[in-house]
Amino acid sequence: MSGGIEAVTVPKWGMAMEEGKVTGWLKPEGSTVRKGEEIVEVESSKITGVVESPADGVLRRQIGKVEETWMTGALIGVVAAPETPDAEIDAFIAQFNADFAAAGGPAAAKAEPQTVEAGGRLIRYLKMGEGEETPVVLIHGFGGDLNNWLFVQGELGAGRAVYALDLPGHGGSSKDVGDGSLSVLAAAVHAAMGALGVTRAHVVGHSMGGAVALRLAADHPAAVASLTLIAPAGLGAEINAGYIEGFIKETRQRSLTAVMEQLFAAPGLVTRDMVDDILKYKRLDGAEAALRTIAAAQFDAGRQSAALRAAAASPATLVIWGRDDRIIPVAHAEGLAGARIELFEATGHMPHLEKPADVARLIRSHIGA
Amino acid sequence: MPKKSYRQAINEAIAQEMRRDPTVIIMGEDVAGGFGGSGEQDAYGGVFGVTKGLLGQFGAERVIDTPITEAGFVGAAAGAAATGLRPVVELMFVDFVGVCFDQIYNQAAKFRYMFGGKVKTPMVLRSMVGAGFRGAAQHSQFLAPIFTSVPGLKVVMPSNAYDAKGLLIQAIRDDDPVIFLEHKFLYDTEADVPDEPYTIKFGEAAFTREGDDLTIVAFSRMVQMANQAADVLAKEGVSSDVIDPRTSSPLDIAAIVESVERTGRLVIVDESTPRCSLAADVAALVADRAFHALKAPIKTVTAPHTPVPFAPTLEDAYIPSAEKVEAAARAVLASSARAAAE
Repeated sequence: MSGGIEAVTVPKWGMAMEEGKVTGWLKPEGSTVRKGEEIVEVESSKITGVVESPADGVLRRQIGKVEETWMTGALIGVVAAPETPDAEIDAFIAQFNADFAAAGGPAAAKAEPQTVEAGGRLIRYLKMGEGEETPVVLIHGFGGDLNNWLFVQGELGAGRAVYALDLPGHGGSSKDVGDGSLSVLAAAVHAAMGALGVTRAHVVGHSMGGAVALRLAADHPAAVASLTLIAPAGLGAEINAGYIEGFIKETRQRSLTAVMEQLFAAPGLVTRDMVDDILKYKRLDGAEAALRTIAAAQFDAGRQSAALRAAAASPATLVIWGRDDRIIPVAHAEGLAGARIELFEATGHMPHLEKPADVARLIRSHIGA
Repeated sequence: MPKKSYRQAINEAIAQEMRRDPTVIIMGEDVAGGFGGSGEQDAYGGVFGVTKGLLGQFGAERVIDTPITEAGFVGAAAGAAATGLRPVVELMFVDFVGVCFDQIYNQAAKFRYMFGGKVKTPMVLRSMVGAGFRGAAQHSQFLAPIFTSVPGLKVVMPSNAYDAKGLLIQAIRDDDPVIFLEHKFLYDTEADVPDEPYTIKFGEAAFTREGDDLTIVAFSRMVQMANQAADVLAKEGVSSDVIDPRTSSPLDIAAIVESVERTGRLVIVDESTPRCSLAADVAALVADRAFHALKAPIKTVTAPHTPVPFAPTLEDAYIPSAEKVEAAARAVLASSARAAAE
């Protein structure tokens, strides 16, 4: 805040993002905006996302024009009160750009993933934030990694550490998954929490990561302060066997793209870079075998266990789901007495990538941030 | 992900496989440096320093400096492969293949076939290809077509550091002789290269650009030229598939045909001389399988049918450039527009 003038900047979604392209302003210049309202679309090479207004006020300037590419952290818009004189806004822009240039562009201090040895494996994690509040642990789904949380990890409130982990067999973690069961994965998460000094955390799990979170809560109830389950496995019998098999089997860009388009309500969200990243992961020694072992243990022939369903029916559980999920039926959210259920329209299996601002807001309210 | 050069990626692939598998050895001229002399050990690591450091990690039993006798040591590698080792043998410049070609095309390539499948030949022949280094006619050729024409050889030509590591590990684990062609001009190019070992399957092309108007197939360093040309055309609203086959044998002809069936227009970029080149091969295959999809004649961009010149200006003119790729693309687009108007 600088005299009631707020900067709208190119966000940094993930470590690799160095620049973003303005693809569309959702609010015209001069319109009244509310804090948190989506005002501009920005595209990185990986994904298209939305930038929210930093404050209540008027969108006084659209500096970044459509189709222009700007460095992360660069000023692309200004929100201020309607009565703020234009001269003050001009001065703010000049000062911001001078400071930005002096800092050498994007902020130098950026979070990098690290690894910790836990339970005989190397587990890769990314930590953001610090503080006394109960930490948050984010667990990705089958075939995912810690980068799946790029839009929400930095948005879960101040005063706490937020950890995104790579499960065994995934991302930069060891590829040994034992028998591929939920118990093995949950034990690995618990061991990693221990190695990181996290005794109790708000646990957020997506898809298979949701089932891992449920298993963790069942095996180590004291370690779990609350559960947020996003399009989780483990609440019903059905799962899209074609997706699982295709994800493991396809090694070409085009055929894997067709598989991954099932994840999203809007297939255009799948970019070539996103597919290339998945291919790079699957080519690592042991990755494909790990996926096959997990799929055989948990999703054989398109069926999964719902043994932990009862554990989810609790006020400590928030369930978030897209109504257009083609991987795990949203109907699995029905009848979970006591749990808070939030369903999104026009959203597929990846709400945290498709509706990140809403997902972050729901998690914040659930964990009392 | 850490940035590494093409050179580092190749060194790391060899080192990781030597660590994983004690039967992997390397041999060649100056791969350690100082053969038979009293000079400093590990001084060279090959003329471009690719294998530097391996002698210290794995010792002289597994990092073998050879005399300047390609026929001898390439033959020794083929024999070692047939009897249980996994040699990675370096032929310093591919231009020297003439003196040891019998060992490659008439011996190693045929062992499995002639011994009724009872013998495997898991050898990798690494060699440097390409013009642009002022190396004159005998150190600058892009001889990929010679190997590609031989049944029994697999032929690999990475266009970037990421592919180099994954393709070389795949090559070392392959049970057949693999010719691994490193372009001199790419050694200092960088890409994100994972620290962990990984493999890229042979015969799977990479799409480095995607589009619907034009297909550009390019090999090895020529992928850079194709990408540059595609980016220029994209600014004018012409979108291109740029396909890097990564291996010329096996060749991912299915990916190329699928693309041409969509775009109807094909340009092939190859640093070889034009007759019996990779470009001629791809053009013939597409004409055979997708002729009716073509909206214009196929254009190829290759070196001219001459030795590589030593005069720098002539050498630069010899190598296919992004401008030549762009001109070929424009010719194909214009030709298809004329055909549509008729």
